[in-house]
Amino acid sequence: MAKPKLALYWAASCGGCEVAVLDIEAKILDVAAFFDIVFWPCATDFKYKDVEAMADKSITLCLFNGAIRNSENEKIAKLLRAKSVVLVAFGSCAYEGCIPALANLTTKEEIFKTVYLETPSTYNPEKVFPQPITKVKEGELEIPVFYEKVKSLDQVVDVDYYIPGCPPQSNQVAAVIDVVVDILKNGKPLPPKGTILGAGDKTCCDECPRTRKEKKIKQFHRPHEIMINPDECLLDQGILCMGPATRSGCGALCVKANVPCRGCYGAPPNVHDQGLKMLSALSSIIDAQDPEEIDKIISTIVDPTGTFYRFSLAHSTLKAADL
Amino acid sequence: MSTKHISIDPITRLEGHGKIDIFLNDAGDVENCYFQIPELRGFEQFCIGRPVEEMPRITTRLCGVCPEAHHMASAKACDAVYHVEPPSAGRKLRELLYNVFFAGDHALHFYALGGPDFVLGPEASPAERNILGVVAKVGVEIGKKFIQHRAHHSAIMELLGGKKIHQVTSLPGGVSKGLTEEERKGVESRVLEMVEFAKFTIKLFEDVVLKNKAYVDLILSDTYSLKVYSMGLVDEKNRVNFYDGKVRVVDCNGKEFVKYSPNEYLENVAEHVEPWSYLKFPFLKKIGWKGFIEGNEGSIYRATPLSRLNAADGMATPLAQAEYERMYKTLGGKPVHATLATHWARIIELLYAAERSLELVRDPEITSPNIRVIPKETQTEGVGIVEAPRGTLTHHYVTDERGILKKVNLIVGTTNNNAPIAMSVKKAAMGLIKKGVQVTDGVLNKIEMAFRAYDPCFGCATHTLPGQMPLVVTIRNKNGEVLQEIRR
Repeated sequence: MAKPKLALYWAASCGGCEVAVLDIEAKILDVAAFFDIVFWPCATDFKYKDVEAMADKSITLCLFNGAIRNSENEKIAKLLRAKSVVLVAFGSCAYEGCIPALANLTTKEEIFKTVYLETPSTYNPEKVFPQPITKVKEGELEIPVFYEKVKSLDQVVDVDYYIPGCPPQSNQVAAVIDVVVDILKNGKPLPPKGTILGAGDKTCCDECPRTRKEKKIKQFHRPHEIMINPDECLLDQGILCMGPATRSGCGALCVKANVPCRGCYGAPPNVHDQGLKMLSALSSIIDAQDPEEIDKIISTIVDPTGTFYRFSLAHSTLKAADL
Repeated sequence: MSTKHISIDPITRLEGHGKIDIFLNDAGDVENCYFQIPELRGFEQFCIGRPVEEMPRITTRLCGVCPEAHHMASAKACDAVYHVEPPSAGRKLRELLYNVFFAGDHALHFYALGGPDFVLGPEASPAERNILGVVAKVGVEIGKKFIQHRAHHSAIMELLGGKKIHQVTSLPGGVSKGLTEEERKGVESRVLEMVEFAKFTIKLFEDVVLKNKAYVDLILSDTYSLKVYSMGLVDEKNRVNFYDGKVRVVDCNGKEFVKYSPNEYLENVAEHVEPWSYLKFPFLKKIGWKGFIEGNEGSIYRATPLSRLNAADGMATPLAQAEYERMYKTLGGKPVHATLATHWARIIELLYAAERSLELVRDPEITSPNIRVIPKETQTEGVGIVEAPRGTLTHHYVTDERGILKKVNLIVGTTNNNAPIAMSVKKAAMGLIKKGVQVTDGVLNKIEMAFRAYDPCFGCATHTLPGQMPLVVTIRNKNGEVLQEIRR
């Protein structure tokens, strides 16, 4: 029997997801043995035209990382969707936009103006901006079209499953691979469409080793403003920690390193909007009844949008596409 | 004019994240060559409004291959914004993390990306010209050693940085987490093995490359030479330093052109914009943009392992210093403009990084609990500079009085080399593609080698990952008919 075919791709991403896959170490050999890796730009020879030539649904599994930032990202997402039986949004960018989607709080025009005109080292007296097509004396040069907004993968194509994390932790990646192999080898049924794979079904707090008290917050502190007690709950100390609004699965790595969670595993189960979840979590721990005092305490949170939606903006209720 | 068009797309492992367009003239020679970067994310804009202390955790996402570099440059810019110096132990923990990172990253390039060209030869089959081919040729033990070296690197990143990828522990004023004596011992034993691996790598390079006259000739050939200014961070004795110091630039004759502090970078570096690439082209501001030209009259500089060695007077650790002296003696004195010598410079830096890591992990202060101070004032502006493996990395932040970002400017490692890469590729293409010469896979690889020596990381600029690059080269006549196509 022919081996199942595996494809991995990166769109607008940092490369960390690819390193996370390589970090599964010896298991990568199992992957190579079980699957026929037909397309993995970072580790095998790229044959883009070969993918185009494949029959539809001929790739068994495609792990797609990176957000949709430009025309080329979208083009390849559509191609891989057509060729794949199962398409997985791998990592925070593909799942929910991640940090690059903070760009949705601004506009393409502002980005171009800042990057190509206003940054203080830029020398651009003729106000040149990169163009999709440039005519030079020898011919034409082409680069992709930069989109107005960053989109998650499922905002441009139909997605079957999601693997959260920035990046997904290697032990979780390895566990997902075991499950997939089991399904394909032993004919086990696929999980329901839309399932989040490679993560827990609780919140980050569930994995956090710190001791919790009954939270009563009078003021929020920024992490560099106080000496952080390594054993006590960060929220108890007034440090804004996204733990209560973040899915478990990473092993609470950041809080163990004595800094707060920033939410890279996305919203917990049955929560669509991570930022709203954080707001509701905060409302129950602020130590005040008087609306004015509540406002005052809330105002000690700097950059609530950029913090509550650090990783999930593209996929949030806000979407920020229409802000 | 009937221009033929050769498009090397993608030059990384994937479609569209880097592209070389070569145009041939009537005579069949190279008329011009464009090196394009087709991606932009715009961190300089979307970081505005964020609290500055979050930047070491946000800018890591510029690159998942070298997040440590952004984490450190950002942390140093934050220190400057808050006008605070980390306590000695905090600073040493950062420098330890940073040197272990360098040792891991440089080894990755040498074994997986750059090395195969030499170990297997530039004309070897693409199927062999990769890390597995290296292992097949020089023995599985070397493959194991390399994987072990990388595992040490990952383990130390997770311990000191909180995460293997996208570190979180640096804050304005220091680090969030110290090192216990037990942990220190574990790091020391790993670093000892890293030093041994670095020494072994130097020996491997000597045996495989330096003892082969054909390779030495190739390194020194004009096709791979590029005479431009050299940039690198140096300590107070003008020795190479990755974490701190002043940026020194020397001219094509090795004479000091300028030495500047991070907060003087704007007087010294500026960036030119072209419509056909999303990536800007830095140049020396005091000379002004003169175009893509070599020599002291041009304003192009390189920021690579080789340029760092050129810009410095030596290395701060004994074994690396001995190797530094040997390199310049072998290659005919300073400065060296042979692009392919960057590979040698890189493993000298690998040795330095490992030696420096050992010094730091054996420093009695490294386990001190005094690792962070709380900033008391906000300066509203700060610049942080480190050497990233792929070049001088500058983060510049302007905040309001609450430390909320108003302006962000980033000049990342690979971006410095945007013009030199374009020029090196063009020079290699002109030297190798001639009328009547069949453009073979070996020819393409030799063009690619000019690019690969820079270890370009467009994760910073955009992104790429180590490994052998795939190429599709199409040569067309003026009617767009395909005359020749080479794929791999």
